[in-house]
Amino acid sequence: MSAASTAEAPAFVAKTKTGRITDFVDQRVGGSGILREFGRKVFPDHWSFMFGEVALYSFVILLLSGTFLTFFFDPSMAETHYDGSYLPLKNVEMSVAYSSSLNISFDVRGGLFMRQVHHWAALLFVASIGVHMLRVFFTGAFRKPREMNWVVGGVLLILAMAAGFTGYSLPDDLLSGNGLRIIDGVIKAIPVVGTYISFFLFGGEFPGTAIIGRLYMLHILLVPALILLMIVLHLFMVVVHKHTQYPGPGRNDGNVVGYPLGPVYAAKAGGFFFIVFGVLALMAGFFTINPIWNYGPYDPSPVSAGTQPDWYIGFVDGALRLMPGVIGDFHFEYIIFGHVLTLNVLLPALVPAGIIFTVLFMYPWIERWITKDDREHHVLDRPRNAPTRTAIGVAGFTWYCVMWAAAGSDLIATHFHVSLNDVTYWLRTLFFIGPVIAFTVTKRVALALQRKDREIALHGRETGRIVRLPHGEFIEVHAPLDEYKHYKLVGFESPVPLPAVPNDHGIVTRKEKRRAWLSRWFFEDRVAPATPAELEAAHGHHAQPAVEAREESKSLSH
Amino acid sequence: MGNHSDGSPNHSGTVATAGQNEVEKFQDPGIPPHRLRLADTDPKAAKRAERQVALLFGASVVGTLIFLVAYFAIDLGDDSSIATIRLQNALLGVGTAFAMLGIGTGIVHWAKALMPDHEVSEERHAVRIEEDRVAAVRIVDDIVEETGIKRRPLIRNTLLGAVALAPLPALAVFGDLGPRPDNTLSHTMWAPQEGKLKRLTRDPDGTPIKASDVTLGSAFHVIPEGLNELHEGKLNEKAKAVVLLMRLDPSSLNPSKGREDWSYNGIVAYSKICTHVGCPVALYEQQTHHLLCPCHQSTFDLTNECKVIFGPASRPLPQLPIAVDDEGYLVATSDFKEPVGPSYWERDEHERSINS
Repeated sequence: MSAASTAEAPAFVAKTKTGRITDFVDQRVGGSGILREFGRKVFPDHWSFMFGEVALYSFVILLLSGTFLTFFFDPSMAETHYDGSYLPLKNVEMSVAYSSSLNISFDVRGGLFMRQVHHWAALLFVASIGVHMLRVFFTGAFRKPREMNWVVGGVLLILAMAAGFTGYSLPDDLLSGNGLRIIDGVIKAIPVVGTYISFFLFGGEFPGTAIIGRLYMLHILLVPALILLMIVLHLFMVVVHKHTQYPGPGRNDGNVVGYPLGPVYAAKAGGFFFIVFGVLALMAGFFTINPIWNYGPYDPSPVSAGTQPDWYIGFVDGALRLMPGVIGDFHFEYIIFGHVLTLNVLLPALVPAGIIFTVLFMYPWIERWITKDDREHHVLDRPRNAPTRTAIGVAGFTWYCVMWAAAGSDLIATHFHVSLNDVTYWLRTLFFIGPVIAFTVTKRVALALQRKDREIALHGRETGRIVRLPHGEFIEVHAPLDEYKHYKLVGFESPVPLPAVPNDHGIVTRKEKRRAWLSRWFFEDRVAPATPAELEAAHGHHAQPAVEAREESKSLSH
Repeated sequence: MGNHSDGSPNHSGTVATAGQNEVEKFQDPGIPPHRLRLADTDPKAAKRAERQVALLFGASVVGTLIFLVAYFAIDLGDDSSIATIRLQNALLGVGTAFAMLGIGTGIVHWAKALMPDHEVSEERHAVRIEEDRVAAVRIVDDIVEETGIKRRPLIRNTLLGAVALAPLPALAVFGDLGPRPDNTLSHTMWAPQEGKLKRLTRDPDGTPIKASDVTLGSAFHVIPEGLNELHEGKLNEKAKAVVLLMRLDPSSLNPSKGREDWSYNGIVAYSKICTHVGCPVALYEQQTHHLLCPCHQSTFDLTNECKVIFGPASRPLPQLPIAVDDEGYLVATSDFKEPVGPSYWERDEHERSINS
């Protein structure tokens, strides 16, 4: 049938050679349809939408620089004597992996540069995913229909950390070996199967001769493949949902306002790749990262004070540091039925990270359950307009940051000349009360900002001009906003608590009561957006100055 | 326009009680009018922006050249120093940065200054259309019907059984990833070999230590005799056997019952592997007689058999019983009396079997 219809239609013949090639491909892959669908697709624009792009671009840079590194890296743990150009380590006994990492740094032209680009890009990759997720959380972008994409993002964060950690361990220098030693200690703390997992992972006792090769496979094949798969899923869903947009005049849940993909958006996004690459190149050129030659080969004996993991592992390491092993005469290591349960390692290694990721993955459903909100949301919330959610986010972030800071407790102590023990005691305290303080303060700040918005919407903005009225009173002149700025301050939803509703049998279930309680906790403190009636009332009250303000601004501009 | 949807039944019921529902909202004034940029109205400004973009692209070309020159002109021969590498690294960085930032900022500037910046609005479409859902359900029903799987439970159940079991070999093939732990973790190289006690030797050169070398207040990093001569598994042995040797005033030691003869003239030896997660505990505070682990700051009190006094470790460091041989060298009289390093599930079992 299609053959017949093409025969009847006047056949298109391209005039130029490029045109003919394009036409050849188009007839075979249907590119015209794709271009028609996506070529002018509208993307909203905002600086905070770039974090996800940074993550994507750093991943591309990781693939490029990582591929280069694989050409020279040898993941063998066989013993060798260093014979490269870095004199201080000449003839030192080390693994082939460490030796080849040194060769990449000192004997391969551009090798050091590539290593540093790779390491900086890895740090940026995890960081940008983290910041991107914070943006998504605080603006409520995870709401229907994007809950599953939020989960994919969480998986990407975990995979990014896994990629980072497996890569950090590859050079087999003193620091990376120590990192593996800690991981081994944590694995051994797992009840029942821990010792077996450790022996299976390391191919026997720590450190053995297998681990680098195994981590290498995970690092260059399995983990990146999973990341790539998740990125494809993530972007596919972005296309299906279309991007969210910030609230503002002309934007609602039924439309998407922004620039067409071609040319403006594509140019900005494409150009941004080069900017990310350029910034990473500058960092790699001027800021040393992971100078493995300073650490020496891995050896279980030497000490290195002030050791730090890469930043994204910091919160787990910090949690390990914060946990007391002994309080008075109470030991956190139990012996039950002749077996060792070492809670002083197990609890901090698993519980905080477990809580963070469980809440993170479940949050969209938690909020959905509390609000009973099944509508699609494409317009974002300004964080202040969702005070409780924002407060929960900041509380969680604070908790994370306390643990993260704890990973540098020794450096805090030495840099600020305070006692290490005191730093630890303070951080232990903050571990518990930090999130509470953060929650309270954030919620109050958000409500105050909402109140301020409301005031500006009703009374106009402060002009800083003081006017004396005929009867002697001084007032500050407030100028009304233009309707677009005004709409931004009033055009938001302000949910109210949903009381418990009986089910079909007329019973208010315990779960429903709990939900109602949470709903009240979420929404009872609220500042409603200003309404036209309120504005009318406010104007009636201040009629005199408002009119004057307009006149005076006119007279000034003339 | 007033397109804010809030007509869900859940809301209207409750909002009514709060007296909020009937309140009218401000009308959405629509997308703000487009404001022209300088380059849109002033041809000179447009021309200037054009030149700026070209200049940025030109900077990129310069960057690429810098990279190539730095790559080819700076030779990393055998006599190259750290300074040469640093220089090359910095120039490669500058070159790449210019090459990339030139292109990137050029394109972005082009987009922002010269390409049309009209914001447009596009309709969103429902992710799922009801019509599609109905059609999809029908298709699935047809497919299930045609397979007949509902009518033939025998096929379904045997298939489920087969599929459930089929991955087992895939798990089983990982059985050789590592050996079974057995009791390897409970032994170290310190165990006397054929009746000969192992000497304490210096890390890393392996020279034996005389008791008279260990002065009051000094500390030694120690490995067992023969470790350096091992051909295989040297790091594995070292990871368990490293020891810290210190001499204190004998009166400040408080040995518990059965441990009185584990030290020699105030010289004590403790495992260097932290009982927390296994880092080397090697910061010795001479004044306070504390040992500190640099990884997680567990602190052990030497005068109290390395009891934990701070930090996340829960167990004292294991002590190595030492004595002096007839030539005056320090020797270990036996292996550790408990497994060294981080705790593990079978640890207590191993400790009991060592001491039985």
